[in-house]
Amino acid sequence: MGVKTSLEWLSSCSGCEISLLNIGEALVPILTEHLEIVHAPVIMDHKYYGQCGDQGLHLQLPEATVGIITGGVANEEHLEVLEEMRKKCAILIALGSCATQGGIPALMNGQDAMASFDAVYQTPSTDPGAVRPNQIVPQLLDRTYALDEKVKIDLQLPGCPPNPAHIAEVIISLLENRAPNLPTKSVCDTCPTRREGKGAVDQVKRFIENAEFDPAQPISEMRCLLEQGFVCMGPVTAAGCAKRGAPSCIDARVPCRGCYGPVRPKGNQMLDMMNALASNGIDTKSVVDRRSMLRFSGAHGNLRPKKKVAVKEEA
Amino acid sequence: MGKVLNIQPITRIEGHARITVQLDDAGNVQDAYMSLMSLRGFEKFIEGRPAEEVPRIVNRICGICPWMHHTASNKAVDGCFGVTPTPTGQKLRELLQVMAHINDKILHFFFLAAPDFVLGPDADYSVRNVIGVVKAAPELATEVVKMRQLGQMMIDRFAGKAIHPVAAVAGGFSKPLPEEERQAMLRDTRTLLDFSLYALDFAKNNVFNRYLDVIGKLGVITTGFLGTVDRNDGSLRFFDGKQRLMKADGSYIDFEGADYLDYIGEHVEPWGYGKMPYAKVWNEGFSLDLEAPKGIYRVNTLSRINVCDQISTPKAQEALEEFRAAFGRPAQATLLYHYARLIELIYACERTIELLNWEGITDTNVRAKVEPKAGRGVGVVEAPRGTLIHDYTTDEQGCIKAANLIVGTTHNIGPMNMSVKQAASSMIKDGHYDEGIMNKVEMAVRAYDP
Repeated sequence: MGVKTSLEWLSSCSGCEISLLNIGEALVPILTEHLEIVHAPVIMDHKYYGQCGDQGLHLQLPEATVGIITGGVANEEHLEVLEEMRKKCAILIALGSCATQGGIPALMNGQDAMASFDAVYQTPSTDPGAVRPNQIVPQLLDRTYALDEKVKIDLQLPGCPPNPAHIAEVIISLLENRAPNLPTKSVCDTCPTRREGKGAVDQVKRFIENAEFDPAQPISEMRCLLEQGFVCMGPVTAAGCAKRGAPSCIDARVPCRGCYGPVRPKGNQMLDMMNALASNGIDTKSVVDRRSMLRFSGAHGNLRPKKKVAVKEEA
Repeated sequence: MGKVLNIQPITRIEGHARITVQLDDAGNVQDAYMSLMSLRGFEKFIEGRPAEEVPRIVNRICGICPWMHHTASNKAVDGCFGVTPTPTGQKLRELLQVMAHINDKILHFFFLAAPDFVLGPDADYSVRNVIGVVKAAPELATEVVKMRQLGQMMIDRFAGKAIHPVAAVAGGFSKPLPEEERQAMLRDTRTLLDFSLYALDFAKNNVFNRYLDVIGKLGVITTGFLGTVDRNDGSLRFFDGKQRLMKADGSYIDFEGADYLDYIGEHVEPWGYGKMPYAKVWNEGFSLDLEAPKGIYRVNTLSRINVCDQISTPKAQEALEEFRAAFGRPAQATLLYHYARLIELIYACERTIELLNWEGITDTNVRAKVEPKAGRGVGVVEAPRGTLIHDYTTDEQGCIKAANLIVGTTHNIGPMNMSVKQAASSMIKDGHYDEGIMNKVEMAVRAYDP
């Protein structure tokens, strides 16, 4: 029998699970021989309250050696599942940027979350008078948390989505009882684009025009997108996305937006990037919506609601 | 009051949901619900973001169908900025969006749904899954894994990212398609087309014919249907067209996606985070009553197959004709979603080949000039799980001021609730229920591929 493994997803999109599938044919022996999956809602019918749903009100998960969790923690059910996983799994892995840094859903941390969730039920297509549901559904937490804000995590593998090769490496290293071999550098360190040094750029531009490049030439012949004047989060973002010799977005000839989170685990991508721009003589006021530099790493208190400006009431 | 059965989580679906079955004192079903358990609030947290960034944020709504959100969002941003994409830019978007349908359908049918049919709905849960399928039918399973990977990688190679794409941009596409890449895609898609024809044959022999009795009963309800069809000849369309809203009697009205607010409303119940869209234009209100539903229509594969007049590609059209001869139009049986899914798989392959053979597909003029400004745009595409609507309004800076989204699966929440209630009430009697019955109730949800 393989290593008992349990999978869960919290506030997530299932992209990490698809990335796991993208390991391809090598996944077949992993799933059928090396691992013994004991719980995994996306592929397996194990239930929280007994298979007929009549076994009490306390959520039950099986014991496992390895637990893999995707998604951040945004409601009471996520928290209950996370705590039960921690209790039942010897090694707990946070997979993907939502689990490690909050990911895109943690953009909600930048605003008054409850008011915003209420407003979702007041859009122009929604029946007038509708209110946010509050029966059966789990209550929302005050903000979206990364897993390590709530329980101890043994291994973090970021990415939106994480690189299938690295997911496979993590699983195989566990089976071989060794530390995984994962990248430690920045996206820039893995980027083959041509750098010519500081240029005449003193303003950054929005990505409303394509990069300049010759499509017949390899990426190594394209000039660095930062040097072309686009905001590219490569300098402050952890490496790992490159699958064919270039970071994934650069492969699409599009600037990086930071989906692997900061290079240093406790880093702040917005502050680091603004510093990098300023030290290169770029006017940081030319950045529109600098807070979205934290779009993948808004947990850990990085993104908070903007302070309300006090408005003096008219007498 | 009797027992409450709480099937949680609903498994082998692509999200967080639960089924609650309320029994009466005699052990019969008093009521049953399917509740969506997650709420993330994309409509609100994209406010203030530069609109051209939004197509690479909202793709995170769904990691299985990110190309759908990515392309619908780009269309909406085009609308806000008043830009018309270059013809090649628009065709490249369609190419990738249609290609993404291929993997999605292989994934759903073989990885998520097939265990119920290959191993049987009553098989033990520990083997009733894709790993059990691999062990029971290793050759088929290996082929399926290969085919899904082939489809996924032809997107990944060209567009950099298959999951959470970035290559469609306001005004078009970020890079042109090189000729050698086009050739490779053609070769791979022809292989996938062969596989899709095999898949339909396999399913006809091993699933649809074997389970005709179950198909005729499980989760069957009577509703209307919504989908996208060609503006001129009513053919099935995934990327662009007019919306067609059909009543259960087969009569229909057509409308432009941009006018959706005049046709669709969203009802909210307190027991699930998902809203329930309904046909406001029918002026009959909203009701999930099984005998006399009001305003209820369905989306996704079966719905598209029902509303289209024909399919514009030969092999898929052949399959559609056989389907209609057997089940009529509109077909209502819920499990036929699986059959329709495999017809669409054939269409997706054939349409991909058509697009790759379009004369301008490798042209290098892939992006029109874009200027951020105030405006409104509505982007509609057919996602695997149904009609997807992104509606944005921007301010003078071209940043999002307001957004409204109706996501594919959402349209089916009302109908899924009806199917769950129908399935549970017809099978749970006098306090008798077992694992097989509870799984069949879930199968009524799984057919919708939520």
